Amino acid sequence: MAEQLKFELVSPEQRLASGDCDMVVMPGEDGDLGVLVEHSPLVTLLRPGVVSIYQGDRVDRRFFVAGGFAEVSEEGCTVLIEEGFPLEDVTEAEAGQRLDTAKRDFADIGDDGPARDRAARAVAIAEALVDAVAA
Amino acid sequence: MPSLKDLRNRIGSVKQTRKITSAMKLVASSKLKRAQDQAERARPFAESMARTLANVARTVKGMPDAPALLSGSGKDENHLFIVATADRGLCGGFNTSIVRGARRRLAQLRADGKTAKFICVGRKGRDLLRRDHADLIEEYVDGVVAKRRLEYADAERIAAMVVDRFEAGAIDTATIIFNRFKTAISSELTFRQLVPATIPEVDEAPADDDTPSALYTFEPDEETILERLLPMNLAVQIFNALVENVASEQGARMAAMDNATRNAGEMIEQLTLSYNRQRQAAITKELIEIVSGAEAL
Repeated sequence: MAEQLKFELVSPEQRLASGDCDMVVMPGEDGDLGVLVEHSPLVTLLRPGVVSIYQGDRVDRRFFVAGGFAEVSEEGCTVLIEEGFPLEDVTEAEAGQRLDTAKRDFADIGDDGPARDRAARAVAIAEALVDAVAA
Repeated sequence: MPSLKDLRNRIGSVKQTRKITSAMKLVASSKLKRAQDQAERARPFAESMARTLANVARTVKGMPDAPALLSGSGKDENHLFIVATADRGLCGGFNTSIVRGARRRLAQLRADGKTAKFICVGRKGRDLLRRDHADLIEEYVDGVVAKRRLEYADAERIAAMVVDRFEAGAIDTATIIFNRFKTAISSELTFRQLVPATIPEVDEAPADDDTPSALYTFEPDEETILERLLPMNLAVQIFNALVENVASEQGARMAAMDNATRNAGEMIEQLTLSYNRQRQAAITKELIEIVSGAEAL
């Protein structure tokens, strides 16, 4: 078997996943990208979406991430996220509820300013989550 | 001279106190364990973050339009302090040492004609600062440290407060004051500067300056990444400071309660001694009275 990619998915609160895999597909800011072993060094921002971890040709685990960034170096691939959880931990209803709350919060903020930007971001994250769960 | 009954009562009440302090010590030590676990789990993220940030910042360094969060506002006038304390007392000098540090720094800045404001995290810090600096407390963040586990979302909320003020031009620097965890019984008062961001030094060989970072591809580009990374780094720094602070708090409480338990033990010994002595004195007195009564017959 070919050499495998060392992979780590960490949030500030805990390490969500770590180990070897064959490929990681993640939602880069400029489009989805797959990382195989011996990928050239890269730093990229992530948009809200799904990080899939492949073993062989099959998706082994899937995580929802609310955004963050990934660093690919010779040692492996490190994905740092602000919030994330295994996709199977959340149901469609929960995702919908989160979107509703985020939208309501956004509507409650009248004036523009940093608070409005943050609320808009929360809506975008919730929308991505709904899409991810539905897919 | 207290009576026998008084002594008995006092021994009883000190014993009760000892029970409480030793229970609090046990609770604190289990909470300390949990806080240490959390600090352990938070470490990989902080390390990767620091490494990446250093890599990105190195390529941006020297550029004229570096983000303000990194390069500062160019002034040093208005300071913001995040005072991280506990919600509860009974943990020795933990809270007072933090507040004392904040006061000292405030006095220094005032002597230089600069201003300072506070954001208080934790009830004790607010209570102590409110006595003489109520007008300087900008914001009080409640219910963060009392949770079973600290939540990153809370740190993000505090970071947003800092960024908003910085961008509005209300502050020039931001510093968090907390107790850094060293061992279960010792911690160190720490001022960690958050804005402008301090970039950790990478320990890779600095011989050829731009080789390691030049290898990286950046997507979208360095500036955009840095702009997202810096606020995130701010939140991570705050989160880590709070995690360490909670661990220190529990450590300090454990030590304080251990001392209190030991003191109570000593007190009980002394009280028991004087109780026994007095009882014996009473018995002897009665005997003397009987004997001398019999002799008189």
